[in-house]
Amino acid sequence: MTDDFQALRAETEAALAAASDLRAWDAVRVGVLGKQGRLTALLKELGKVAPEQRRERGAQLNVLKDELAGLIEARRVELDVAALDARLAGERTDVSLPPPPRPQGLVHPISRTMEEMTALFGAMGFTVGEGLDIETDWFNFSALNIPAHHPARADHDTFYLPGERDGRPLLLRTQTSDVQIISMLQTPPPLRVIAPGRTYRADHDATHSPMFHQCEGLVIDRDITLGHLKGCLIDFLRAFFGIAHLPVRFRSSYFPFTEPSMEVDIGWNRRTGELGGGGDWLEILGSGMVHPRVLANCGLDPREWQGFAFGMGVERVAMLKHGIPDLRPFFESDLRWLRHYGASPLAPASLHEGIAP
Amino acid sequence: MKFSWSWLRTHLDTDAGIGAVTDRLTAIGLELERVEDPGAALAPFRIAHVVEAAQHPNADRLRACQVDTGAGVVSVVCGAPNARTGMRAVFAPPGSTIPATGAVLKVGEIRGVESAGMLLSLREMGLGEDHDGIVELPDDAPVGQGYAAWAGLDDPVVEISVTPNRGDALSVRGVARDLAAAGLGRLRPWAPAAVQGMGASAVSWAIDMPDACFWVLGRTVRGVRNGPSPDWLQRRLLSIGLRPISALVDITNFFTIDLGRPLHVFDADRVQGGMLRFRPGAGESFRALNGRDYVADPADCVIADAAGVQSLAGVIGGEATGCTETTANVFIECALFDPVHIALTGRRHSIASDARQRFERGVDPALLPDAIEAATQMVLDLCGGEPSVVVQAGSEPAWRRSAALRFDRLRSLGGTAVPPDEAVAALTGLGFIVEARATEAVRVAVPSWRNDIAAPIVLDQAPGLDPERARAAAEGCAETEPEADLIEEVLRLRGLDHVLPVSLPRIAPVPPAVLTPRQVRSALARRTLAAAGLMECVSFSFLDHAQAALFGDAPEALRLLNPIASDLDQMRGTLVATLALAAARNAARGQTEARLFEIGPAFREDGQETVAAGVLAGVTPRHPLAPSRGLGAVDAKAAATEALQALGLPIDSLSVSADAPNFYHPGRSGTVRQGPRLVLATFGELHPRVLQALDWTGPAAAFEVFLDRVPEPKRRRRAPPDLPAFQPVRRDFAFLVGADVPADAVLRAARGAERALTAAAHVFDVYEGDKVPPGQKSVGIEVVFQPRERTLTDAEIEAAGAKVVAAVAKATGGALR
Repeated sequence: MTDDFQALRAETEAALAAASDLRAWDAVRVGVLGKQGRLTALLKELGKVAPEQRRERGAQLNVLKDELAGLIEARRVELDVAALDARLAGERTDVSLPPPPRPQGLVHPISRTMEEMTALFGAMGFTVGEGLDIETDWFNFSALNIPAHHPARADHDTFYLPGERDGRPLLLRTQTSDVQIISMLQTPPPLRVIAPGRTYRADHDATHSPMFHQCEGLVIDRDITLGHLKGCLIDFLRAFFGIAHLPVRFRSSYFPFTEPSMEVDIGWNRRTGELGGGGDWLEILGSGMVHPRVLANCGLDPREWQGFAFGMGVERVAMLKHGIPDLRPFFESDLRWLRHYGASPLAPASLHEGIAP
Repeated sequence: MKFSWSWLRTHLDTDAGIGAVTDRLTAIGLELERVEDPGAALAPFRIAHVVEAAQHPNADRLRACQVDTGAGVVSVVCGAPNARTGMRAVFAPPGSTIPATGAVLKVGEIRGVESAGMLLSLREMGLGEDHDGIVELPDDAPVGQGYAAWAGLDDPVVEISVTPNRGDALSVRGVARDLAAAGLGRLRPWAPAAVQGMGASAVSWAIDMPDACFWVLGRTVRGVRNGPSPDWLQRRLLSIGLRPISALVDITNFFTIDLGRPLHVFDADRVQGGMLRFRPGAGESFRALNGRDYVADPADCVIADAAGVQSLAGVIGGEATGCTETTANVFIECALFDPVHIALTGRRHSIASDARQRFERGVDPALLPDAIEAATQMVLDLCGGEPSVVVQAGSEPAWRRSAALRFDRLRSLGGTAVPPDEAVAALTGLGFIVEARATEAVRVAVPSWRNDIAAPIVLDQAPGLDPERARAAAEGCAETEPEADLIEEVLRLRGLDHVLPVSLPRIAPVPPAVLTPRQVRSALARRTLAAAGLMECVSFSFLDHAQAALFGDAPEALRLLNPIASDLDQMRGTLVATLALAAARNAARGQTEARLFEIGPAFREDGQETVAAGVLAGVTPRHPLAPSRGLGAVDAKAAATEALQALGLPIDSLSVSADAPNFYHPGRSGTVRQGPRLVLATFGELHPRVLQALDWTGPAAAFEVFLDRVPEPKRRRRAPPDLPAFQPVRRDFAFLVGADVPADAVLRAARGAERALTAAAHVFDVYEGDKVPPGQKSVGIEVVFQPRERTLTDAEIEAAGAKVVAAVAKATGGALR
């Protein structure tokens, strides 16, 4: 390589090294490769070179051109990186800043619990029935074998409204059992229905609210026995509480609309509140075989159809499942409480994802 | 129902302990409420003999006693003035707890004398206020024996809850009978001997109200001495919380509890005219034994003498003819009433008496003759006197019934095969008598005290049932109900643990959808609103009618007749009302932002509907990137729109107009409709008047989405998506329009101008201020043109833009700014 080539190369390298920004770099580039650049000039001068030397010098010149272009480009990349580094060095975000707050919405534990009941009983072939909050005394009492003077009516602390419907006094339903009647009148058996909903009784203290929720259940078929009642409720309770061996006890009781009637207890520890063991029993729902009079009041012949019914307090099972100590906050809409006990709307109760806590 | 353990054992001969008995009670439907053992705290205390009580050498007021505890003689220092040599006292050994103070005794030394225990006063044992000194027991009190047992204080009291069908179990004997039938012993026989009456009764009976009083027996006992009843009787009554009054009254209370057979005693000398008459009340006032005055209603059955009303029959007696310490001649009443009459009278006058409780559930209609003999005998035993013959009116009603049980029904209804002999034994144990027995079935006579078995069928069938179907159902009921009654008895006594649980058979390999489309809408709206950042609440369906009136009508028809509190008397017409109260409460608790929603019923005179509603109140949180702002109508609209969209409604084809209900700010609220009439939602800021009435500053906005009105979505195949290959062209326009022109009108006009080409139109800016003429505003919109066949030329875009401008001008009078 000729000396002038070497010099050009050395000088270019030095100039590139001295170029500290893209502007200076561009001046170097133009000074070497531009139209008036030194390399361009050398190329132009090639024609003047003696033909015998031209070929070799031409080849060397091309090598030099590639080298210089490479050097210049490499320096540009270097400068780019440095410039970006310099820019980023000044760009800072306080990563400890929280993102802009997004309001948090949750599903009320009553809704969540009713969803869980729906999922579980749904898996057992139940559908969901509905009634009205303002009912006549026939649906709430008479049809359920609670005639006008029955002591059970007095026990219910019923709220009454003025006026009547179908010649019957109006009241706020005291139990979701009215849906048993509605279901039997509307749908020919066989039936499997649950009815979660609002109920009302004139009672207000730490364990009673004038409005609360129940979930009624009704199964009617030709050969449903008390064994099915036990099986169905044990299946439900164990799945609902997520305790495979939850002790469940059935003991005789009385409800006007079932016979035989029974209260259902689950095993728990009275001292710790822990479910599933501990040797104590906790009453959790009422149940029984549908009373022949209730069937007959709905036009079903008890010689042909039989089945069972049950009812449980939604808040009560929610309180037990989640260890909620007091009933009243369920209805107070206190955001602090709701944030604590609410459920994610994006994780609805579903069997395939699991519904136990 | 309360009874003491010793009382129970007067009827039940059993080796079972109290734990086994109470467990069984719960299992057979007589649920144990509690067992109280007053003797438990006294268990360590023994009867002791004070061998010597000498003056304490170092203390004037103390005595140094040598006490024989039955297990040796110990030294006890005692401060009681009555401690003396030779007395019998109650000794508390070291390690025992003094009930009154909770102190645990230790062996100690008091001023140099050892004291290894304590001699107790009644007050220290929690048995009274008497603190004059230590208990002095009679000289024959057995030294070393437990004090509680000796004093009869070790008698646990059992309380059970008796279901309304079991009037017979509101008696100690009834409870004992159930226990015996359940295999826990033997029911002791009870057959009172007849008492020979002498002479006519001073008082006789007449029944003028036979639908209320079926039968009554009475008897005078002359020459009685009334006074305090004997210890055993007082103790029985006290054990279950009844105050002893006098022997005659205590006797009636005893039989009420013992046999479930309420009685009443009149002072025969205070009954005017020698006759007591059951008749309807006639508005007379009388003073009852509880000291209160009652006015007898024509629907009440009263017992009256010549002077007037003396008793609300079967519910409460009267003061004027009641027995006192001076009663010399007593007239005993033993009557049988119609339960419904008793229940209504009791409810009408709000009297909860032991008599009412039993009569309204039905007492044993066959027991009257035996009961009056037993009562007479006890009067003679305790008060002396001479009994008259028994007088009566009315007659024993027909109560005999029978019921049949096919043994296989125990399996096919009860779910457990019970050996026939066992089933029959259970029934006979309860007093059923076998009338006929075959291989498959048994027919039994129902005992008189079980009025809940094979009772007369009372149906209240749904109106409008097909008559043939109704008749068959009624017939079926008459046939199956007595059998179900018997099945319940057999299963109850055997224990339901014998019934094996059977899971419900599947009706389909995969269950079908559980919810109806309408129910799914609620679930979807709930998840959507919660996911949009609203917190779900469940608020009461009722509120104060004055507050309800702030949110629209509060009609009388939806006002409770008997609210539990005056602020919970009106069924809500809108969920916004109860949610606004909730949001205001949260604000008062210092919550700066509340986004609440609820899905539940709203009540109108023509029915109820399911509504998803929300209240958005307060200000958004402050953040460097998002300044705080008050929540307003637009936030409420956003939430309502999300819900509507989730329910599948085409948002662009819904209309919004500024005519929302008047609890909203009139200028900042809207109603969302589909078509001209169907109102789907409302939203807006709450009216300042409402906020003021709730003593709340807001800001607050609300919305309602009427879920039940959302039309069922049509099931149709979806068209393939529109995916044009050409770039859309976006053009911005700013129109000057009248300030009252809704932005929506501008958008609609723009969208309609070149329908085939226009893919979308959005508002990006609204400006009112000094840069536009007064009374006008600038609305900036972006219109998106979507070419389909080829790229649009400038001229074509120009032409489309001109159409937009013309259409907006025509629709709104607006001009390009």
